[in-house]
Amino acid sequence: MAEDAGIDTPTLAAEEGVRRRDFINIAAVSAAGVGGLATLYPLISQMSASEDVLALSSTEVDLSAIEPGQAIKAIFRKQPVFIRNLTPAEIAEADKVDVASLRDPQTLAERTQEGHENWLITMGVCTHLGCVPSGVAEGEVKGEFGGYFCPCHGSHYDVAARIRKGPAPLNLQVPEYEFLSDTVVKIG
Amino acid sequence: MSFPWANEYKPSHPLMQWMDEKLPLPRLVYNAVGGGYEVPRNLNYMYNFGFLAGLCLMIQIITGVVLAMHYAPNTLVAFDSTEHIMRDVNWGWMLRYGHANGASAFFVVVYAHIFRGFYYGSYKAPREMVWLLGVVIFLLMMATAFMGYVLPWGQMSFWGAQVITGLFSAIPLVGDPLREWLLGGFAPDNAALNRFFSLHFLLPFVILGVVILHIWALHINGSTNPTGVEVKSKSDTVPFHPYYTAKDGWTVGLFMLIYSAFVFFMPNALGHPDNYIPANPMQTPAHIVPEWYFWPFYAILRAFTVDFLIVPAKLMGVLAMFSAILVWFFLPWLDKSPVRSAKYRPLYRKFFWVLVLDVAILAYCGGAPAEEPFVMISQIASLYYFLHFFVIVPIVSSIERPDPLPFSITESVLGHDGQAALGAKA
Repeated sequence: MAEDAGIDTPTLAAEEGVRRRDFINIAAVSAAGVGGLATLYPLISQMSASEDVLALSSTEVDLSAIEPGQAIKAIFRKQPVFIRNLTPAEIAEADKVDVASLRDPQTLAERTQEGHENWLITMGVCTHLGCVPSGVAEGEVKGEFGGYFCPCHGSHYDVAARIRKGPAPLNLQVPEYEFLSDTVVKIG
Repeated sequence: MSFPWANEYKPSHPLMQWMDEKLPLPRLVYNAVGGGYEVPRNLNYMYNFGFLAGLCLMIQIITGVVLAMHYAPNTLVAFDSTEHIMRDVNWGWMLRYGHANGASAFFVVVYAHIFRGFYYGSYKAPREMVWLLGVVIFLLMMATAFMGYVLPWGQMSFWGAQVITGLFSAIPLVGDPLREWLLGGFAPDNAALNRFFSLHFLLPFVILGVVILHIWALHINGSTNPTGVEVKSKSDTVPFHPYYTAKDGWTVGLFMLIYSAFVFFMPNALGHPDNYIPANPMQTPAHIVPEWYFWPFYAILRAFTVDFLIVPAKLMGVLAMFSAILVWFFLPWLDKSPVRSAKYRPLYRKFFWVLVLDVAILAYCGGAPAEEPFVMISQIASLYYFLHFFVIVPIVSSIERPDPLPFSITESVLGHDGQAALGAKA
């Protein structure tokens, strides 16, 4: 490329040091390189979540019909969210666990909001590989710790949806949410 | 390899002579798979699977391109368009069953091809590049098959996509953003389905390209053979055409019999009924498993249930699963034995069959539910799998005393080799 066998090569080749042709080569390759990278960026970026997908980022749920001990599945970002109304006994059971012994140490209080300690709101997405654990509806398998059980690879979550057994590395994720009133929660 | 005694392409028809001067494509074909390509005379039936793999790729490309004329990659209609193919499109049921069972057939053939390579040492010098390209083809096949399985947008499609893309979230720091980038969202949805369709259409042609490189690299040194002894003289080889075209043609017939039995008489035997339920992001099927050809690797993924030092179990499983294939890239250098064929390697031969058994056990566990005793069996079998490649193969190749090799391919076939003996004296 640089060593162009053009007609004026003999005179250019005779010159020592930086030649005019070197500058042109470097400038051309740099411009093409920067241009190539600039083209690559949109090609990679187009695969990220689009605006309409990101726009689905909040949802409001009415909690008034959920009795203590019951749970529902809501939809947030097209994924399930588990909303569970804990009974005092379940809260006591969750608080009794030695936090230091957990794989992902968190107290129930850290996973709920002050004044709404009975409302456990978590993503219904197993932190292992993303299956939906069972244990929301009456009669579903709740696992060895009375919370949720993921059938795909056998992860057991406790009543505070903390990972207790199986391959999942983390507790069920608590999404961002705020209580708009005592019975309406806005997730996201 | 172009041995000096190979037939030369001599077009007799003026048109073919004209063509040979302008674009020698017929010459290329003649020298690649015709009378001009000399092949060891002693290849057994295990050497037919390469040709069959090429046939499978063609079946997949042809049925796939045709299916794409009727399929719609949108979450709202993907499932319905698949059923439309099955019920309304002329011969649609045959094309789709042919494509779905074609994928299984492709993997059967390719696994036989790979294990042929393990047994006869096809990966050894000077054919390392043939082997490396083959591993690349296998990885591309896995990606293609996975994305293809997502397209009907049934329950197994959806949850397969969720779990497999979930593997990437195990990568520290960049895992979750990477997964969202791959999916174009927080969970598999329209963006993911669309791009999977696009890539599922593209990758077979990439595979075709690498297959051409694979064959090109193969033809630099020529095929191995069951003795592992290199070609020495003209009496060791026969022209590819008509000898191996005929032999490959015969196994194509056998293959089509078995393949057709699946397509026409038990088209869903290898599938999962759950995939005839439309995808439901709110409900995971009780027992999700990948297609059978991923089972050995899926078992390795699931074998890691406890954290190892600072590495979480999930990441360990993912690393192990990918390593199970990536280790093949290093096989030509892990196996230092100069003897290629297991026929003359009594110790390696035993361990080869143990590996076959081990992979079969892994496959069985991968298809079984994630509960005892399958978890523990998977753990032991996974451990053995890696022991085989990293410990057993290197040690065996240094301590083993191989059986005496035949002087030449001809000698192994006829019991004597007059021609090569003359050549050796001269």
